[in-house]
Amino acid sequence: MVVMKNKPSVTLIVLFMLLTAVGWINIFSTVYQSKDFTMDSAYGMQLIWIASLWLIAIFVFVIGKGFYYHFAAYIYLIFTVLLVVVFFIGVEHAGAKSWLGIGRFGIQPAEFAKYGTCLLVSRYISSYYCDLSKWKHVWRVGIIILIPVGFILLQNDTGSALPFFFLVFALFREGLTPWILIFGFALIFLFVLLIYFPQWIIITAVTILFIMILIHWYRKKKPRIFRTWIVYIAAVIYIFSADIVYHKVLQDYQRQRIDLLFGKIDDPRGIGYNVNQAKIAIGSGDIFGKGWGKGTQTKLNFVPEQSTDFIFCTIGEEYGFIGTTTVILLYILFIGMIIRLSEKSKDTFTRCYGYCIASIFFAHTTINIGMTIGLMPVIGIPLPFISYGGSSLWAFTIMLFTFINLEAKVNRRRTEN
Amino acid sequence: MKTYDKRKWWIWTVFGLVALIYLVRLFSLQVLEPQWTDKAAANALRYIAEIPPRGLIFDRNGIKLVDNEISYDLMVVPRNIRSLDTSELCNILGIDTAEFNNRLQKAKRYSTYAPSLFAKRLSPQTYSFLTERLYRFSGFYIYPRTVRKYYTDAAAHSLGYIAEVNHTDMEKDDYYTAGDYTGRSGIEKSYETVLRGEKGQRIILVDNLGREQGRYFDGLYDKSAVPGKNLWASIDKNLQEYGEQLMQGKRGSIVAIEPATGEILCLVTSPSYAPSLLVGSERSRNYMSLHHDSVNKPLLNRALIAMYPPGSTFKLVNALIFQQAGIVNEHTLYGCQMGFAYGNRKLGCHNHPSPLNVTASVQHSCNAWYCRGLVAMLENRKHYKSTREAYADWHKRVLKLGFGQKFNSDLPYEIAGIIPAADYYDKAYGVNRWRATSIISIAIGQGEICATPVQLANLAAIIANRGYYYSPHLIHSITHKDSLNNGFTLRKYVDIDEVYFPQVIEGMERAVIAGTARRASVPGIRVAAKTGTAENPPRKDHSLLVCFAPVDNPRIAISIIVENGGFGATWAAPIASLIMERYLNDSVVRKDLELQIMNGKITYW
Repeated sequence: MVVMKNKPSVTLIVLFMLLTAVGWINIFSTVYQSKDFTMDSAYGMQLIWIASLWLIAIFVFVIGKGFYYHFAAYIYLIFTVLLVVVFFIGVEHAGAKSWLGIGRFGIQPAEFAKYGTCLLVSRYISSYYCDLSKWKHVWRVGIIILIPVGFILLQNDTGSALPFFFLVFALFREGLTPWILIFGFALIFLFVLLIYFPQWIIITAVTILFIMILIHWYRKKKPRIFRTWIVYIAAVIYIFSADIVYHKVLQDYQRQRIDLLFGKIDDPRGIGYNVNQAKIAIGSGDIFGKGWGKGTQTKLNFVPEQSTDFIFCTIGEEYGFIGTTTVILLYILFIGMIIRLSEKSKDTFTRCYGYCIASIFFAHTTINIGMTIGLMPVIGIPLPFISYGGSSLWAFTIMLFTFINLEAKVNRRRTEN
Repeated sequence: MKTYDKRKWWIWTVFGLVALIYLVRLFSLQVLEPQWTDKAAANALRYIAEIPPRGLIFDRNGIKLVDNEISYDLMVVPRNIRSLDTSELCNILGIDTAEFNNRLQKAKRYSTYAPSLFAKRLSPQTYSFLTERLYRFSGFYIYPRTVRKYYTDAAAHSLGYIAEVNHTDMEKDDYYTAGDYTGRSGIEKSYETVLRGEKGQRIILVDNLGREQGRYFDGLYDKSAVPGKNLWASIDKNLQEYGEQLMQGKRGSIVAIEPATGEILCLVTSPSYAPSLLVGSERSRNYMSLHHDSVNKPLLNRALIAMYPPGSTFKLVNALIFQQAGIVNEHTLYGCQMGFAYGNRKLGCHNHPSPLNVTASVQHSCNAWYCRGLVAMLENRKHYKSTREAYADWHKRVLKLGFGQKFNSDLPYEIAGIIPAADYYDKAYGVNRWRATSIISIAIGQGEICATPVQLANLAAIIANRGYYYSPHLIHSITHKDSLNNGFTLRKYVDIDEVYFPQVIEGMERAVIAGTARRASVPGIRVAAKTGTAENPPRKDHSLLVCFAPVDNPRIAISIIVENGGFGATWAAPIASLIMERYLNDSVVRKDLELQIMNGKITYW
């Protein structure tokens, strides 16, 4: 039996409305060319999408809470199968075969696979026998996450795969050893170092560090030689393999985007065009911006993909620092609210699911905004609720309202336990 | 079971840190770094200059001399070129494929999406031919621009010409951008800022492909062009053309000034060229051929930058100065025995009555009279302590009369001429080692003294005005014909009292009636004139004349120089006579004289 514990979170719903409104206003501003208002345009389509969100939201909300818990595996399975289906009947878009087209509408199963993964991961973690401090369970959760990631990578859609890795924050909250996180940051740090310095310098540095640690252990009379050796060898293998990945596995454009981010190449007219134009658009907004519809850079097509991946440029140009700060504050409130409500929930499944989607939203906003201001490589993923596009809007809305559903209702059977 | 509640703080920290980094980055991008705004403007705004029509030039009577005419340039936007028939376009333009590719490469190097010049100043045939076929050459378009059109073949030096600005022009004045035109000489140069007007500016928005997307803020920051002002030159077109006809086949100059205003009525330099030669697609070629004509030097404005020994015309200066300095008065008589003997040398003179007063000395152009006068002045120990001091006084008075210095009015180029200072003679002879007899030639306008034709014409104007002049200038008025804003209304007094002029003027008038300048007479008009025959060894003497008329109400003051023309009476006097007749009577009745002068040629070597 399911009863309402309390009202659905009004704050979250208001923030959701605000974000979609911000998105629509900016898409309208970017596309509208002082001709007649027409529904047969990006802003018209987005209006239909936003209207349709409410149907989905209500649908997702009225379903019983237990459905998501019990059917998590099936939902996961359906979307994973869709990921496979894409290989056969998918539509290629910008080099990645990742879309399923139905008439004029298309969905990107990768967006929905995140939802399925969040559900199943939460379901597994919230089961009574799961203990993330044990490697056995970590591996299983890892496999749940890595199956869709694998398919998405095979679709050549690296960008959509990245947010999955941010689920590590949720796992960390549920007991995953912090060493995984530290290890992850260390790998990224080492990778960045490898971009700046030649391989032999890094290996020499690591070796010196290793010798110093060994000496340290000997002095402390705690010779942990074996473990240290393992770490050392792993590090050396990583350095070699990272180099191979960087030069052989990564595609040219990916390597260029990374080089561009770290300033190893400077080509504002060629491969650096997007980022440079994005920075010009945002930078020229100054404090108060140029005003609605007055953004020359975004309206006159200097910024590419102005209404989808680079929508943040329109905000930056037309509303200035005030606008960008407001949007970032909205996201902080939004993600913070999800975390707060998750923590308040007595229910592990709800809490874990909340952290999962908070991580996903965090991943999308961080990567998308970071890309437009030159802090992240160019990775084409949408800004939640703001970017143009029905597929991601639907996926994010389903994710959000599932959480609102879970948070608002309480599972009596579990509380009775 | 262990709980991990504390870990939420770690997650808060990481998320919050990222948000903070992003906000700092945005603050830096949007608030601290100003360069993005400029880059955005450079992206999306295109400033289009609107070139105003250049002011027209009229003559003093309102006859149009210089007008604007539209010429057509072929422009190209390389990225808009689609399936081009190169050979056809080459045929129309009359260039070969190599040249075509060369120009296209140049345009591409400049910009692929901004227009650049492909062919300058299309001929009318090419233009009409091309406009019909232009639709087939996408990426090319015709850009009209205005060039000068001349309604006269005369006055080339006074009007000057315009040319495309060069690097130096653009550095000196940031008004100019590449492709603009500026006055290079003459009135076009002197009145450049008046004639050019003020450029306007249109700001349009362009998209990422350089296509026009409307006006920036609906034209709020646009500026409309202000057309250049029209000018009325002081030149009398008819007189100028007539003067140039008279000077055909002769080298030299005619400068005529209206004494009452200082306006130059005609400024003839011969040989000259037609101003229309320096316009249009032939400009550079014509200019070079004029430039390289080292025999005739048509680009040399003899009226302003050639200097000659003034010869006997300079006696007028001395006659005035000697009187003003108190050396002679109207009763002073000096004798002449076919010249002036000093030491064991003699400066010759011709046969004339003797002794002479100042009036007769002008009438007969007596050399001895002026030599005695100069000696009387320079060796006068009542007035001056030394020869040097006396000379310095003389020098100062000559400069007052406009010699030895530039007028600095609107004359495009001029030189100062030479009136040596006392220091010069100190250097040449040694301090205190020179006397009046050392420099006796200056008494008769020879020796170290040189003057330009315009200075001599100004002398005639000073005498006509009885004691003052206006800086000779080429402008009559600006904006409209009757406006007085030409800026040259300052009367300059020459420090010679009016009472000393009648003697000189009477001498000049008598010279016309019964003296050296008889050929300068005009029937029915009282003319005052003074001939000059400037020695020019080893070549033949220059023929000079200064005159003005009518004597009692002077309307024109003239200096004529015909190089190697012999006596002043031979060429200069009849030319002056015809110029005065033409100007004062509007027509010339002495057609035989006119014909003789026009056809007269002096053979130069």
